[in-house]
Amino acid sequence: MYRKMVEIRKFEEHVWDVYTRGWMPGLAHLYIGEEAVATGACSALRDDDYITSTHRGHGHCLAKGARLEPMMAEIMGKEAGYCRGKGGSMHIADMSVGNLGANGIVGGGFGIATGAALSAKTRGTDQVAVCFFGDGAANQGIFMETANMASVWNLPVIYLCENNQYGEHTPFQAVTGVDEIADRAHGFGMEGTRVDGSDALAVHDVVRHAVERAREGGGPTLVEALTYRFRGHHVGDAAPYRTKEELEWWMSNRDPIELLGREMRRRRIATQAQLDEVQTETETAVVAAVEFARQAPYPEPEQAFEDVYSE
Amino acid sequence: MTQAATTDTNERQLSYREAIIEAMAEEMRLDETVILIGEDVGPSGGIFKCSEGLFDEFGHDRVIDAPISEAGYIGLSVGAAMTGLRPIAELMFGDFSLLTMDQLVNQAAKIRYMTGGQCQVNLTVRMTMGAGRSSAAQHSQSLHALFAHIPGLKVAVPSCPYDAKGLLKAAIRDDNPVLVFEDKMMYNDVAHVPDHDYVVDLGTAAVRRAGSDVTLVGTSSMVGVALEAADELAALGIEAEVVDPRTLFPLDIDALVDSVRKTGYAVIIDEGVQRYGATGEIAATLQEQAFDYLDGPVLRIGAADVPIPFSPVLEMPTIPDTARVVEAVQSQRRR
Ligand SMILES: Cc1ncc(C[n+]2csc(CCOP(=O)(O)OP(=O)(O)O)c2C)c(N)n1
Ligand SMILES: [Mg+2]
Repeated sequence: MYRKMVEIRKFEEHVWDVYTRGWMPGLAHLYIGEEAVATGACSALRDDDYITSTHRGHGHCLAKGARLEPMMAEIMGKEAGYCRGKGGSMHIADMSVGNLGANGIVGGGFGIATGAALSAKTRGTDQVAVCFFGDGAANQGIFMETANMASVWNLPVIYLCENNQYGEHTPFQAVTGVDEIADRAHGFGMEGTRVDGSDALAVHDVVRHAVERAREGGGPTLVEALTYRFRGHHVGDAAPYRTKEELEWWMSNRDPIELLGREMRRRRIATQAQLDEVQTETETAVVAAVEFARQAPYPEPEQAFEDVYSE
Repeated sequence: MTQAATTDTNERQLSYREAIIEAMAEEMRLDETVILIGEDVGPSGGIFKCSEGLFDEFGHDRVIDAPISEAGYIGLSVGAAMTGLRPIAELMFGDFSLLTMDQLVNQAAKIRYMTGGQCQVNLTVRMTMGAGRSSAAQHSQSLHALFAHIPGLKVAVPSCPYDAKGLLKAAIRDDNPVLVFEDKMMYNDVAHVPDHDYVVDLGTAAVRRAGSDVTLVGTSSMVGVALEAADELAALGIEAEVVDPRTLFPLDIDALVDSVRKTGYAVIIDEGVQRYGATGEIAATLQEQAFDYLDGPVLRIGAADVPIPFSPVLEMPTIPDTARVVEAVQSQRRR
């Protein structure tokens, strides 16, 4: 888990760099600060379990098993990318590892994840689906509709709300009628838990428990992970709507990688030197991915007209 | 038909974005029932900065930050419009209008009619359109034709700062649901905008360039493409007239027919997907109403028949450009 979180962090730092150098088009919503949520959750899943991701999706993809090179290539709009340059940062999907895709529509994953859970149940597999969504997405009407169906049909889905306390520029409290999104679970008729989203182990435990229950036919769960994004809404957003003190508090007290590293040292699972080595190795791998993506060719313009329909 | 007003001696320049803000501010000062609701429209001024300053001037009762609940707050706006407010609702990307279809198409468009004229839905919905920013398939669509298809709705597509202000003010004052599509690539375009109170009547086209050999009908940012094409065509000895309908419904068909009567040829350019789109509707109407004046088939140029791809090398070939317009005009004359 430590290695995965470091991989996501380094990946995102390089996306920032790639973006500011003008090597990628479009927008980049970074996951820095929230790594423990995707990592903790996906480490409780099997390869054949499903996830749906969001516009802030790089972390979910990597945690669910995406490789660095095709990720970075997609973000730069290259042929070697997961979506062959058609999707970009906001639409990365890797069906081969159960990643049903990031989504440009806030709340776009609710239907898909719940549908995947219905499919798993109908086909008689014990696969589960995890739907990642933000505090902002929690206010989309389709959340109510799909959660109700999941509840009444006992579907194996975990709604995992990443409450990073802002939707774009707007604080969560300004647009949400409950203090904790997990409280809404009661209204849907399912269990709801809030967990410390900076603590990868805690997220893992809560999600593992929900996954076990879902696999055994115990139905859906709503998990709210309280977290914080360390960067703006996207690269280029200086985030004037939140205070410097607030940001600094989260960065110095709730950095998920720091917290897990400290815990590993405390339990003598790893030494600082070993953790440093993970950092160095990961950095090298991400640098190589950037280089790969830069060298990779763009698609041919005619490819714009392929894949609209299946043949 | 009106020409863009040139009588104004004040040569003040505003961006398309500033023109929109000014339109809303003026209407909010004139009429205290006008409110603005949308995501991030409050203290932050919007992600495209299209409501900057309004929260400070009008406060949170009239400039309302909505949750990310598009269907919900458009529905609220319909109800508020029926009961004495005059809401302006903002959808930051036109693509998100698709989450609000029931509210706009089944509710807003039909309530007055279904109730035998007992109420009116004086609602303005502002939303963006247009590709070109590598925003991929869910943040780049130009969906104005979907709404122009619906009886009960009006659709405006301002192509310049002057119209951005004038059409928006007309939309706000209109007693019907009016959807205003703003091309996000034009927010920084700067041009003359009068600082006084004026409206551009919905349903009045503007001739952006006079010419005698072919009529180029362009909407929104495609007016700019048509004007560029007209320059290139002039160099080839073809004088193009560029007509901007400014609203798709009501459509100033008389102005288009007048132009075609003079030129004998027409090419329609619009950034929506070509099939079943605005270009087809305008072309068909011209063929019905101006057939006797036409010396060749009316041609259409719209976005390609694909979802909009991310990578710029893929995206650009899907959007209409000047070269395609020039080529269409030439091919039309070779027939
Ligand atoms: C339907 C829809 N509405 C609005 C947007 C614009 N938008 C993109 S991200 C975002 C904020 C989402 O907030 P949240 O769900 O909390 O996710 P976070 O960005 O905090 O990870 C908004 C409003 C969108 N992409 N889709
Ligand atoms: Mg959020």
